[in-house]
Amino acid sequence: MSLTGEDVQDILRIIDDMDVDRLHLRTGRFELSLRRSDDGEWTQSARTSAEPVLMDRAPEERPADGERDGTAPDKQAVSGREGLAEVRTPLPGAFYRAPKPGAPPFVEIGDEVTETTVVGIVETMKLMNSVYAGATGTVADIGLADGDFVEQGAVLMYIDTAAGGAAP
Amino acid sequence: MILRRVLIANRGEIALRILRTCRRLGIETVLAASDADLASVPARLADRVVRLGPPPPSASYLDVDAVLAAARTSGADAIHPGYGFLSENQRLAQACAEAGIVFIGPTVEQLAAVGDKLEARRHAIAAGLPVVPGGPLDDAGDAARLAAEIGFPLLVKAVGGGGGRGMKQVHDPAALASTIDLAMAEAGAAFGDPRVYLERFVATGRHVEVQLLADGENVVHLGTRDCSVQRRYQKLIEEAPAPVLDAALREEMHRAAVALGKYLGYRGLGTVEFLVDVDRGTFYFLEMNARIQVEHPVTEAITGLDLVAEQLAVAEGRSLSFGQADVSFSGHAIECRINAEDWARDFQPSPGTVTEAVWPLGDGIRIDTHLQAGATVPPYYDSLLAKLIVHGRDRDEALARLRGALARCAIDGVSTNTALHQAVLTETDFAEGGVDTAWFTRFLRDHPAAGSVSLSSGGGTHG
Repeated sequence: MSLTGEDVQDILRIIDDMDVDRLHLRTGRFELSLRRSDDGEWTQSARTSAEPVLMDRAPEERPADGERDGTAPDKQAVSGREGLAEVRTPLPGAFYRAPKPGAPPFVEIGDEVTETTVVGIVETMKLMNSVYAGATGTVADIGLADGDFVEQGAVLMYIDTAAGGAAP
Repeated sequence: MILRRVLIANRGEIALRILRTCRRLGIETVLAASDADLASVPARLADRVVRLGPPPPSASYLDVDAVLAAARTSGADAIHPGYGFLSENQRLAQACAEAGIVFIGPTVEQLAAVGDKLEARRHAIAAGLPVVPGGPLDDAGDAARLAAEIGFPLLVKAVGGGGGRGMKQVHDPAALASTIDLAMAEAGAAFGDPRVYLERFVATGRHVEVQLLADGENVVHLGTRDCSVQRRYQKLIEEAPAPVLDAALREEMHRAAVALGKYLGYRGLGTVEFLVDVDRGTFYFLEMNARIQVEHPVTEAITGLDLVAEQLAVAEGRSLSFGQADVSFSGHAIECRINAEDWARDFQPSPGTVTEAVWPLGDGIRIDTHLQAGATVPPYYDSLLAKLIVHGRDRDEALARLRGALARCAIDGVSTNTALHQAVLTETDFAEGGVDTAWFTRFLRDHPAAGSVSLSSGGGTHG
């Protein structure tokens, strides 16, 4: 059982008049640290260490290989290659190749791009973040499928900069 | 019936908020959690945890069948959906009814009545509430008559538009006909539909809402909340009661909200949202939210009520234990939403692991959060980390407490917007109260921290 805010306030009232400016409580289930700052006001930090009580559940069907549940680990299907620029995701999240479901992808292999071409979207915390090519050239390889989950910094695709970029 | 075991089909601070009231009332809690939340603080504190599914909301918190299966598996009497996710989902409410499980929320019919904006507007008109004046322009020759009814300034809006696209302001009656011609031509080209309609333009608007609590027969209002400080329609700061509001106008809004609740035979917690037209000194119905809201603590602070407890009581089929005359309002409360986002980098989201979470304590300060040191902020869900709620005898005292409390917040490991809140509090306009819904956009424009980074900061990096 954790302490409620009211419990903590009660503790504070008890110690407020005492010559104490730190209090640390630790039980098997939680830790609470109270600290008085220079202006006499208090702060708290708490840590609940109780373990969750997971209920048994029926064995469930796991998604078949290749079926997306959106939690695929960072796939690095595109291996590093000389002369190719990597497009990396600045944030972890779900990678989308198209602006909306059913729409054509932003880019396909072979498409010419410039630095400011949007090549995908990474959805992080319900916000859609555009991913830009960041280089001028031709899309050489796309290692991820629509909806794959990517970790921060993962390579999304490669741009072949030697191809000379977009046609004039 | 008496609820013995409630399934909380949500996560984060609201899951913990519901859990605390259930525990206080002696109701067992089962948390339905995605894989990303199995070790969260709400999961550690719930009596039981049922795995809902993989982290993406579509595979867990938004999966009606998974939530229902979790309720059945755990033997829950009721499902509390919190806010967001399935909180206003008619299919879940219907499935609960069929399964003999209490859905803690309004009826399926009431969800349907207010779930669609046009339908809600129709009901609001029927209940006698004012809506933004306007109408379709079937005959261009009729424009002058309609415009005179609406009053200037007004908007010419494309039927096929939305989100601000296809709108034109008209301030001068002499420009009406030519503007309509131009708008129709543009709408035809842009949306494939030349139809337009006219609507009153609210130059200075405030978002003020009224909290309702009802048992299907009795309806009480719990006062106003002002939620005008918003960014991209996301509320950032909320307060109760709405400051600097004409007393007669406030009373009218209370009456209007209660009238809609009575018209619907509403049951549960609900919020009627209004747009206050500051220049005209009037208000219009916008929509009704049929759930508990993020900002409910400010109402709790000024009324002394536990809104989750009231929600549970109504869900048990009990009548309200008090009437309007028993509701009293005390002081002023303000809530800041502390989000995992980087204000200085165009509000880029900031998932990660929290290394430190220190919160302020003191009279009139409340923190609703699921965050503690070592907690993971997953990338799958919204960025709300905590709500800092302050209550004072008046707004000045609340503001002073808020300034002190914000200064004592220390969260490390992820970026938060606490510095943004501190910056807002230094603004004279905000301190005076009653800012409009465009104020925050102006604040960002004028504030160097927001303008220092290009809007593309959320975009890609380069190899």
